[in-house]
Amino acid sequence: MPFIPHSETDVREMLATIGSDSIEELFDEIPDSLRTGKLSGVPEGMIEQEITRLMMQRAEADGRPLCFMGAGAYDHHIPAAVWEITTRGEFYSAYTPYQAEASQGTLQLIYEYQTMMAQLTGLDVSNASLYDGASGLAEAVLMAVRANRKSKSRRILIPTTVHPYYRQTTHTIVNNQKIELVEVPYCPEGGNTLAEALKQYEGEDIAALVIQQPNFFGILEDVDILTDWAHAQGALVIGVANPIAMALLKPPGAWGVKGADIACGEGQPLGVPMMGGGPYFGFMCCKQEFVRQMPGRIVGRTVDRDDVVGYTLTLQAREQHIRRSKATSNICTNQGLLVTAATIHMSLLGAEGLKRVAQACHANARKLVDALTASEYVEPVFKRPYFHETALRFSLPLDNVMRPLNAHNILPGYALQQDYPELADTLLVCATETRTDADIEMYADHLGRIIKTQTAAGCPVKPKMA
Amino acid sequence: MLIFEQSHVGRRALAQAPMQEADISDIPADMLRTDVPGLPSTSELQVVRHFTRLSQKNFSIDTQFYPLGSCTMKYNPRACNTLAMLPGFLARHPLAPESMGQGFLACMYDLQEILKEVTGMQAVTMTPMAGAQGEFTGVAMIRAYHDANGDSERTEILVPDAAHGTNPATAVMCGYKVREIPTDAQGDVDLEALKQAVGPQTAGIMLTNPSTLGVFERRIEEIAALIHEAGGLLYYDGANLNAILGKVRPGDMGFDVIHMNLHKTFSTPHGGGGPGAGPVGVSKRLEPFMPLPIVGYDGDQYYWITEAVRPQSIGRLSAFMGNAGVLMRAYIYARMLGREGMHRVADYATLNANYLMARLTAAGFDVAFPGRRATHEFIVTLKRQQKELGITAMDFAKRLLDYNFHAPTTYFPLLVPECLLIEPTETETREELDAFVEAMIRIQQEAENSPELLKEAPHTRPVRRLDEVRAAKQLDLAWSGAAE
Repeated sequence: MPFIPHSETDVREMLATIGSDSIEELFDEIPDSLRTGKLSGVPEGMIEQEITRLMMQRAEADGRPLCFMGAGAYDHHIPAAVWEITTRGEFYSAYTPYQAEASQGTLQLIYEYQTMMAQLTGLDVSNASLYDGASGLAEAVLMAVRANRKSKSRRILIPTTVHPYYRQTTHTIVNNQKIELVEVPYCPEGGNTLAEALKQYEGEDIAALVIQQPNFFGILEDVDILTDWAHAQGALVIGVANPIAMALLKPPGAWGVKGADIACGEGQPLGVPMMGGGPYFGFMCCKQEFVRQMPGRIVGRTVDRDDVVGYTLTLQAREQHIRRSKATSNICTNQGLLVTAATIHMSLLGAEGLKRVAQACHANARKLVDALTASEYVEPVFKRPYFHETALRFSLPLDNVMRPLNAHNILPGYALQQDYPELADTLLVCATETRTDADIEMYADHLGRIIKTQTAAGCPVKPKMA
Repeated sequence: MLIFEQSHVGRRALAQAPMQEADISDIPADMLRTDVPGLPSTSELQVVRHFTRLSQKNFSIDTQFYPLGSCTMKYNPRACNTLAMLPGFLARHPLAPESMGQGFLACMYDLQEILKEVTGMQAVTMTPMAGAQGEFTGVAMIRAYHDANGDSERTEILVPDAAHGTNPATAVMCGYKVREIPTDAQGDVDLEALKQAVGPQTAGIMLTNPSTLGVFERRIEEIAALIHEAGGLLYYDGANLNAILGKVRPGDMGFDVIHMNLHKTFSTPHGGGGPGAGPVGVSKRLEPFMPLPIVGYDGDQYYWITEAVRPQSIGRLSAFMGNAGVLMRAYIYARMLGREGMHRVADYATLNANYLMARLTAAGFDVAFPGRRATHEFIVTLKRQQKELGITAMDFAKRLLDYNFHAPTTYFPLLVPECLLIEPTETETREELDAFVEAMIRIQQEAENSPELLKEAPHTRPVRRLDEVRAAKQLDLAWSGAAE
C-alpha cells in the first residue's frame, strides 16, 4: 500500500488493542445513509515509474518557450543552491513554527528575510510574507484603512497603471467591507500617473494612494511627486514594488519627503520559478508606527531563560487564532517555502548581485525595444523611461503576429487590449537578464519575416504614427 | 549567528549575477537608489553552510514524528516534488497561451475532476491559495448567492465555538456578523441552541466535520435540514477531510460549499508555514459565483473559463492561477494513490488514531470524549495533572521535544482545558506510535517524581523556552546591524 506501512499483523494487533473487529467498525458513528460508494471517477493508482512517464510527457508538451513575457511574472536565473537547500526535508516538511524551540531554523530564516526585505524596501519592518503580490495589495489596502486614523472615508485611489489583476483581486477581497476603490486614469503619452489627474481629489478625505513602481506598463512613475501629494492630503502611500528593481531604483521608503508608508509586491523574481503562476509570495513592509496593523505572521528576536538569543512568532494578538473575529486578517499561513528560497537567493546575490541583475534587465529590455522597433510597423507607445518592460504598438493585427511567433516557440509578450481596450494591437514586452543578444535577434528576425509575409499578402496595415 | 554577521565588506564571490555592470544612463538620476541595501556579502559556500545548519535546527516530518492535531503532518512523497519541478512546468509563464500549456492545464483539469468526485461537489475551483482563502471564497460566494436572490437581510454566519479562528475572521472579512453556537457534552453541536439561533437573518453556518474536537458530528443531516429550511447555506471547513476521505463526502452530507487543505489531505508540503492550497467545491446553486480562473475542457483542448461565461463570478483571488505548483504536487499524489488509495487514507489514519487513543487511555491518560470514537485525531486533557501536579499541557509539549517528538497541538480547541490534540496520520508505523506512548508514560512519571524536568523543558534544543513577553514588548523584527 503506497505510503502506508501497516502489515496484516499490525492491523490485527492494533484492532485487538482498540477492541474492534475491523477497521470498518471504527466508522460506526457515520450514518449509514451517508457512506461513500466506490469513487468511480477517480482513476486507478499509478506506481512511481508510471506517474513519472505521464508527468514527463505533459511537461514536455508545454515546450519551454523563449520568454519575452512579463506582466507580473518574470523569467530570472535561479542559482542552483536555492532549491537544493529549500527542498531539504527539514524546511520542506516542517510546519508553522508554533513550537519555537523545535523551529529555530525556520524562525531565524524568517527574521533574516524580514531584515532583507526591510533593507530592500527602505522601510522599518516586514512581515513573514503573504500569499502573492495581488492578494498582498488587498491586505495592504485593508491595513491602510485601519492605520490611517485621520481618515474616515475608507476611500483608496488606485491608478489604472497598477496591474489589472491586482486591482481585480483587491476588489474581490475588500468588496464586502465597504471600501471604495477609485481608479485614476493614466497619461496616454507617458503611460504614467500624473499629479494633475489627482487634482480633483484635493481636499477630499482619502485613506491611501497606491503607486506601482515600475508600473504595469513597465514605466517609471514620478514617485516623489505622487507620494508628497498623497501625504499633503493626509493619505497614506502604498508602494507596489518589484524586488529586483528596488536594488536599482529608489525604494518605497525613500519616495518623496517622508517615504511610502507601506510597501508590498510580488516576491517571485527573488528565486521563485514562474511555475504556471504560483506558489509565489507577497512581501509586505511598513513604517514602525504601523506594525500592529500589519497582517500575517511576524517573527521577533528575543532571549531564552539562559539569555541565549532565539526567535519566535510575535505580536500574535493581531491574528485570527487569538483574536478570532477581531483579527487583522483571516490569513493563517505565510508562504514559508518561497520565503526560504528568496532568503537564500538574496544571500547569494547580495546587493551588488541584485543591482547587476536589475541593470542587465534594463539594458536587455532596451536592446529588445531597439531590435523590434527597427521594423517600421512597430513603435513604442509611451515616451517615458521604463525598467525591464514596455508597451509596443503594431501597425498590423497583433493576432497575425503572435500566433506565428508562438509557433516558433516564442512568447512575444502580453497583449494589453484585454485589460485596456484603447491599447489595441499593443504588446507589453519584457527582457530579463536571462535573455541574450542571440535570443533578442531571434525574436526580431522571426518578427521581421512574419511582418514581411503579412504585409506582402496585403493584410490591413495602419500607417505608423508620427 | 546571522547571515549578516558573516558578511564581509568587499567580498564578491558572485557566480550568479552578470559579470559586468550594464548601461543604465537613460534612467534619470533622481529615480535611482542612492544607498546600498544591507544584504549580506557572502560566498556561495557560506550561504550553503549557513542555511543547511539552520535547517538542522528544525523538527520536520522527514526527521521526527509530528502529531500536530488538525494539521495532518503525513509523509510528503518525494516524487510529488521531483515531478512538479520538471523544467517544462517550472518554465511555464502563467499568461502563456492555452495552446502552449496543454500539459499543465490537463493536470489542473484532472485534479478538479478528482476533487469533485472525492468531495461529492458539483464543481471545483482551484485558485484559492490556502485554507483561509478557501474559506473567504466560500463565504463570499454565499454572500453573492443571497445578494443575487435579493436576500439582503441575512447578516449572520453561525460558527460553532470549537471552530478554527479563521472561520469567524473570514465571516467578518465578508461583511457578516458572527454568532457562536455552543457544543454539547458529547462534542456535538448543541442542537437546541442551534435551533434558537437560526432565523431569517442566517446567511449560513461554517462547520468542520469531524469537528476540531476529533469527533464526527453525528446529527449533520438534521443540522443541514435546519439551516436549509431557514434559507441558509452550509459551509464545510475541510481541515479534517483526511478523516473521511473515501468514507463520507461533504456533498452527500448536504454541504453547499467546501474548501480542502491540499497541504493536509493531499500531502503537499507544509514548507515551514506554507504554501498551502485551498480549492473550493460547490453545489449546483453556487457554481455561477465561483472565482476565476477555472480550467475547462471541450473534449479536445483545455482552456480557461473566463468572466464572459461566468459574469456572476466573485472575481479573482490571486494574480494568476493560485498556487499552481502546489496543485501539481497534489495531483501527482492523487494519481499515485488512485481510487483504492483514497479509501485507505481514512482507514489507516483512523486506525492509527484509535490505536494511539486506546494505548494512552490504558496508560492512564484522560481523553476528552471517552465514549466516542477517535476520528483521525483525538484530544488528551491534562486537567488532572495540572490540578494535582501543577504540570500543564505546555510542560508536556516541551518535554516531548526532548524525547525527539514534535508536540501535538496545544491549547486548541479552546473548549478543552490543558488539551493535547493528537493526529498521528496514516503514514506512521505502529513502532513509532508505540515509542510515542512510551515517551508519554515516562514524562508522566517525571511529572510525578521530578516535575522540574518538565517545567524547565526543553533541555536538548538549540534554545530553551523563549521570553515571548520580551519579544512582543521590545520589538526586534529586523537586525539593526544589517546596513553597516
